[in-house]
Amino acid sequence: MKIHEYQGKELFRKYGVATPRGIACFSVDEALAAAKTLGGAVWVVKAQIHAGGRGKGGGVKVAKSLAELRKRANEILGMRLVTPQTGPEGQIVRRLLVEEGADIATELYVGMVVDRGTQRVALMASSEGGMDIEAVATSHPEKIHTLYIDSLRGLGDEAADAIARKIGLPDSALPQARTLFQALYRCFEETDASLVEINPLILTGDGRVVALDAKLNFDDNALFRHPEIVAMRDLDEEDPLEIEASKYDLSYISLDGEIGCMVNGAGLAMATMDTIKLFGGAPANFLDVGGGATTEKVTAAFKIMLSNPKVKAILVNIFGGIMKCDTIAEGVVAAARETHLAVPLVVRMKGTNEDIGKRILKDSGLPIISAANMAEAARKVVAALKGAGRKAPAKKASAPKKKAAAKKTKAPAKKRGEAPGKKRAKPTRPKKRTVAKNKSATSGKRAAKKANKAKKK
Amino acid sequence: MSILIDRNTRVMTQGITGKTGQFHTRTSRAYANGQACFVAGVHPSRAGEDFEGIPIFGSVADAKARSGATVSVIYVPPAGAAAAIWEAVEADLELVICITEGIPVRDMIHVRERMRQEKRRTRLVGPNCPGVITPDALKIGIMPGHIHKKGRVGVVSRSGTLTYEAVGQLSELGIGQSSAVGIGGDPVNGLKHVDVMQLFNADSDTDAVVMIGEIGGSDEEDAARWVKAHMRKPVVGFIAGVTAPPGKRMGHAGAIISGGKGTAQEKLAVMEDCGITVTRNPAEMGKTLKRVLR
Repeated sequence: MKIHEYQGKELFRKYGVATPRGIACFSVDEALAAAKTLGGAVWVVKAQIHAGGRGKGGGVKVAKSLAELRKRANEILGMRLVTPQTGPEGQIVRRLLVEEGADIATELYVGMVVDRGTQRVALMASSEGGMDIEAVATSHPEKIHTLYIDSLRGLGDEAADAIARKIGLPDSALPQARTLFQALYRCFEETDASLVEINPLILTGDGRVVALDAKLNFDDNALFRHPEIVAMRDLDEEDPLEIEASKYDLSYISLDGEIGCMVNGAGLAMATMDTIKLFGGAPANFLDVGGGATTEKVTAAFKIMLSNPKVKAILVNIFGGIMKCDTIAEGVVAAARETHLAVPLVVRMKGTNEDIGKRILKDSGLPIISAANMAEAARKVVAALKGAGRKAPAKKASAPKKKAAAKKTKAPAKKRGEAPGKKRAKPTRPKKRTVAKNKSATSGKRAAKKANKAKKK
Repeated sequence: MSILIDRNTRVMTQGITGKTGQFHTRTSRAYANGQACFVAGVHPSRAGEDFEGIPIFGSVADAKARSGATVSVIYVPPAGAAAAIWEAVEADLELVICITEGIPVRDMIHVRERMRQEKRRTRLVGPNCPGVITPDALKIGIMPGHIHKKGRVGVVSRSGTLTYEAVGQLSELGIGQSSAVGIGGDPVNGLKHVDVMQLFNADSDTDAVVMIGEIGGSDEEDAARWVKAHMRKPVVGFIAGVTAPPGKRMGHAGAIISGGKGTAQEKLAVMEDCGITVTRNPAEMGKTLKRVLR
């Protein structure tokens, strides 16, 4: 889960990380009032969206008078801010942060992430602040200093001082830097953060060390013990389809292609997307229905996939283990009927009760295209998509209505397949997919070509 | 032989009284030699009771002392799962298989740090994994037993259903498995690809290995480099997530391309460089393995 900069700075202050004084605002009037409350003669107006790179897109402006502040706040509030991380569609600005101006002498960088290799929290710091830190990591790796923190001992004084010296802070600033780094680590630990970044961390003209920015992401698995952080969630910043999916405990991510896919298991879901691309198509989404799919869940999954207007065909790929194929089949049939499915549907089912599942699909009278394996499924869905481009596909779906009515008396599949899979062990919590709106722009064909080339090699 | 578990392994279930623990203990016990292998359950306040004939003990140490179990499987809900792992480590079990999905990363960081600093010998598989199976001997976990076939190919993977897919393909081609290990999809876990690869390399009943990875981290690259330097058996590989966009977490907490690192293309390239036969088509994992066996 992500939060806004102003929320991050509130957390920082709570832990003793120095920040400029600032006030969050939802209107121009509030921005003016905030500037008056803060006092001084220079303010910074900062757009509050979850994506980074706001300055580059014109979302951060300095104002040297109240009149200018009004103008800037007016410009930024409500603008569609496009940054390298929002994608071309941008993100509407609904909140502002008005801050006192800072006297910047030096711009530095400090961040913390979980390092998988060492299985520790890594503190990274650099003298090259205010820039894209990934670019620094590539061009000047020697300018990034990393410390892997022992979680049983925490961040010690000496280690903190050493890092501060390495990024060029003067001895006079060391006590402040030490306090800040240690407070930042405590904040990371206690809030179950997965990423904390201050870019830039500044040394002011009068020698203070201050966090000019605050970026925080949190571990979704730990949100159950942080209601105060869940309360900061801003749904306006998230994909509505991903929010809807999270209500059903579905793991869904919108992508740019035309083929909707529904799969059980994250790895198999990714593999299915890859296969689609390999056969010249492009996936419209990632969707993992998980281990305990019910008819309701499958129906919800179909609705979510279909509410993406780009979807022109659907591929269902299920490897039934604990989850039985007949349960999925009944869910798919019910969902196809309820959504009046008008796009081609290819289903590949394998595993437990495979034969019963296939029979259910066949007997439904729905124009479901069945496939024996993943490759065949991908080939068929890409072919169906091309066919659908020529013919009007709506006809197909309306045909089997009579049979559908006759079948309604059958017991619903609801409870039967509800094996107590591991998902059951979870406490109820809003499972969030809070991720950057950073969509891949690679065209399907290009990637498929690449993949084919690689194969020939 | 096989790796990690065989028909003589004795297992306790932590979280045996929960719905998930009950269901999967039941199916695991019904598989092959499971009836003899599942000998204990653990629940802090229900010692003295039993689950369908399996005695329940108040602690892992107690269960180990009185049932002889040296391996544990964990179905404890996420909030208490890391503590359950630590209890098993403290009791000095040989192997702990944690199925639980959704454990906070911080909890795992602490458990792993303690395991390292105290030089604990307990092996951890998972969390957020399907478990371990040695076909026709013992199944510990949530994988469907019937798709497996006894044989001489090892399987190691970060994901559940994709492992089943690979196993299904192998079995259909008549190729059996020595053991199949799901190491889990979390960023901080126990055994990694490279650790399992070492076990397969040392196992006289394994002739070849299928290694399945996904985007995020560098476990697959580490394993590939080890394979190049030490592996005496052919390895076939697949990486899921060629189409995954950067910055998006693809279901598994660990499946995310961050800072341009951990892409499928990068992993596949390293694996090929290290002599692993990779396929870009997940429908051909079985066929690819069959080709290298010849």
